[in-house]
Amino acid sequence: MTALPETTTKKLGLAIDLDTCVGCHACVISCKEWNTSNYGVPLSDIDAYGAEPTGTFLNRIHTYEAKSEGCNAQTVHFPKSCLHCEDAPCVTVCPTGASYKRAEDGIVLVNEDRCIGCSLCAWACPYGAREMDAAAGVMKKCTLCVDRIYNENIPEEDRIPACVRTCPAGARHFGDFADPESNVSILSAERGGIALMPEQDTKPVNRYLPPRPKTDVTGEDKIDILAPFLAPMPKETGGFIGWLDKALEKI
Amino acid sequence: MHPSASVIIFTSLSGLGFGLMFWLGFGFPDVTGWSAFWFFFIAYGLAVGGLISSTAHLGNPQRAMNAFSQWRTSWLSREGVAAVATLILTAPFAIGLIFFNTDLQILGWISSILALVTIFTTSKIYNQLKTVPRWNMPLTPVLFLVYALAGGALLSGQITVSAVLLLVLTLLQLAAWQMGDKAFSNAGHTLETATGLGHLGKMRLLESPHSSPNYLMREMVHVVGRKHALKLRAISTVTLGLFPIAILMFLPFSHLLAAVAVASHLIGLFVSRWLFFAEAEHVVGLYYDQR
Repeated sequence: MTALPETTTKKLGLAIDLDTCVGCHACVISCKEWNTSNYGVPLSDIDAYGAEPTGTFLNRIHTYEAKSEGCNAQTVHFPKSCLHCEDAPCVTVCPTGASYKRAEDGIVLVNEDRCIGCSLCAWACPYGAREMDAAAGVMKKCTLCVDRIYNENIPEEDRIPACVRTCPAGARHFGDFADPESNVSILSAERGGIALMPEQDTKPVNRYLPPRPKTDVTGEDKIDILAPFLAPMPKETGGFIGWLDKALEKI
Repeated sequence: MHPSASVIIFTSLSGLGFGLMFWLGFGFPDVTGWSAFWFFFIAYGLAVGGLISSTAHLGNPQRAMNAFSQWRTSWLSREGVAAVATLILTAPFAIGLIFFNTDLQILGWISSILALVTIFTTSKIYNQLKTVPRWNMPLTPVLFLVYALAGGALLSGQITVSAVLLLVLTLLQLAAWQMGDKAFSNAGHTLETATGLGHLGKMRLLESPHSSPNYLMREMVHVVGRKHALKLRAISTVTLGLFPIAILMFLPFSHLLAAVAVASHLIGLFVSRWLFFAEAEHVVGLYYDQR
């Protein structure tokens, strides 16, 4: 069971647009809400109202600053969840057969009834995609909302992962990377989708679309469209306000 | 990595226990009756004690039997199967020596080899992880095997063999520390490769995804423990090998001095195993700009 499938018919995954993501954490909350009440045990919180609250989340947003010589620093919000790797090391290390990758769509799942909570899969994952639930003692991870995407009891527009459905910026895209004509494949090809930590040879399915290059407005002949609107107010003002200003200056 | 007591005790004690079983299977020392009983009692006590300790860090230990099922793919599962097979096959050999004064030699050899296989599978649990470059070196399984063989030789009372093996062990451990220090940077993992955004410049974490440490940070980002790493390495080097070797080679043999040598070796073993975990840096720390 913990052997990886040779190939998967589909490669379902996410294309995450780092240019569009505003770092609002709505996907984190939406993910927690859906997944705490559906597939598997709830995502517990420990000391939720105390000094050191901690809990299980399947999706986390890191915020980075990138700075290169001579350029302004750039903020990049970086959502991180399971990348549903083709060569998922978390699956093959599992001693119980609880972790598996589905041959039909490539989703990596945990059968919580078999999981002994040994943590080895979390150790094997380079991306920190797996978190052990402190209350239940079993490993939790992104299911790609397997209980939404095929769910015929919910409206068709909701049959996408909760994080994608909720993203107010439209930064998250769900689709089949095995199909070169799919929305995510086209997006990834056009924007130069990034695979994280390729040197780990995990062959992640999810792709990150890098921020688009910023317009350089620092040079002499460069035109900054916003500049006229942001220029300081003129010192001399006419009319009543101008008279008042001068009158008050004189006092 | 978080140096949790359960895995330190597990790898140290079960390594020693199976190391002793390896020597006993080959007839070192050649004992029967009560003295055989005590040797096997110690070997089983260490091996089983270590294995029981390993279940202490499980979230659901009541399902531990599931862990024997995936031996085709999982080193942890193989470790479980190998350990149980060794314990079962050594039992008739031990019973023969203790109660019937009979040496079931072939069974002894088989259990010796199985003991070695078990130690190797234990080492592979850690060695296989590409996410921890310090463990992902060919030296890791060699080190685990020599630890077990040297400790086992010491426990089985072979003075010359254990002195030689302890010397080899000390040198190997020093080499492993040296190589391990460079492993992470040699593997080429940086925050830039972790995010794939190196083309934007130098990256740093501006805002953490959560306000207090989470499971990932508690389990895999252990920074505090490395503060005294150098001193601990020195303590381990002396107690693990040098001091026991000095006792074995330069002092007349007595059971009391042998016990002192074993105690010293145990201290060195625990310290070095603590460092094995505490100094190991997991690549996930990069996302938190910590290692």
